[in-house]
Amino acid sequence: MDWYIFVYPVILLAIVLVFVMYAIYFERKVIGWIQLRKGPTETGPKGLFQSAADVFKLLIKEDIIPSKADRPLFKLAPILAYVPAFSVLAVIPFTDAPYLKFSNVAVGLMYYLALSSITVMGVLLGGWASNNKYSLLGGMRAGAQMISYEIPLVLSVVGVVMSAGSLNLTEIVETQIAGAWNVFPQFLGFVVFIIAAIAELNRTPFDLPEAESELVAGYHTEYTGFRFAFFMLAEYTYVFAMASLITILFFGGWDAPFGLTFIPPLVWFILKFCCFVFLLFWLRATFPRLRGDQLMEFAWKGLLPLAIINIFVSALLKEVPFLSQYF
Amino acid sequence: MGNEYLVVVVFILLGIALPAAALTVGRFLRPHRPLKEKAITYESGVDPTGESWVQFNVRYYLFALMFVIFDVETAFLYPWAVSYDLLRSDMGLLILVEMAIFVFFLLLGLMYAWKKKVLEWK
Repeated sequence: MDWYIFVYPVILLAIVLVFVMYAIYFERKVIGWIQLRKGPTETGPKGLFQSAADVFKLLIKEDIIPSKADRPLFKLAPILAYVPAFSVLAVIPFTDAPYLKFSNVAVGLMYYLALSSITVMGVLLGGWASNNKYSLLGGMRAGAQMISYEIPLVLSVVGVVMSAGSLNLTEIVETQIAGAWNVFPQFLGFVVFIIAAIAELNRTPFDLPEAESELVAGYHTEYTGFRFAFFMLAEYTYVFAMASLITILFFGGWDAPFGLTFIPPLVWFILKFCCFVFLLFWLRATFPRLRGDQLMEFAWKGLLPLAIINIFVSALLKEVPFLSQYF
Repeated sequence: MGNEYLVVVVFILLGIALPAAALTVGRFLRPHRPLKEKAITYESGVDPTGESWVQFNVRYYLFALMFVIFDVETAFLYPWAVSYDLLRSDMGLLILVEMAIFVFFLLLGLMYAWKKKVLEWK
């Protein structure tokens, strides 16, 4: 039994919490700049302590549970949403260095996809237990949306699994280092994956479950203080996890492009990771929200057939003499 | 390799410990002044009317059914994809044809749902 397997997860938790605080700050800044505003400026130098102040504010807010709510489920929901968000990080390899790999399980990708779908239950439960009409609508929408987009999400990475012949995320990266980044041979899979991933994260343009202009705040309307904070924390922890996963599955993880190996692998990982976090904020500032009916039809009629086509095209391209090395 | 799953357990426990700790610490920091009005369900500032736990559109149930069907499909696709190269060297393209037949029947189901307008959100 090594002591560090208990210490490193705690360090990662601290890193994730700091990331979430500054991701929110950065998001507000980026959206501010895109909309010709300044974003937060008052709290601390250049508003850098804004998110810390927000967290503290949430901590000292009164905890109100509506009298009509289902109390045990109301309390359970944010925890059920948050626990899988953090637990999926166990299988993410950040570099090839053994100390930055937490758990090198053989079924890493499966573990991630299976666990991340538990969050939908927390969201659905929160919406239902609040006994509020907006919450219920938001929760039901979130449930329908997240299960619909989970299918294309899961199917779009089958091509990646086929080329690596493994579900282990480290091996998937090593296959890409030996061959090409999956974003090129698996481009269709990548497009389907990133759209489905944004829908799974409930972020704009797929933020119907918490559409503030029609549903107040959706499933977390009745939540106050730190219970609300855990729904937010779950969302941004998933941003962290999903940006890492996209980097690993499609962009070679810590692989250095153009032979720029003098830059350490971890720095490459962080650079690619940051590009995706930025992409999510950028999309939020530029895209309008989708209509509910379009959203559901798009998952089943658009993305699902595309994901299945991608599987069979990848399988067939394995037969083409020159191309087969990339599939 | 037993350690790998121990780490997973550590992550899950840590995931439970953080909300538990934060909500416990919060209990000492936050005020507690319950009022009857505070505990009323929010409904845009007016008193809530009727019950929220109502019967819901059956469409959600249909989507849940579709989800179960295709999620089971992925459970079959993943082991197939992992061992694809291995099986291909063993039995050739038959392995691809077999999966194509399986997916074809599922797609028939999808087309049926499409035709029955289950996939439309009206």
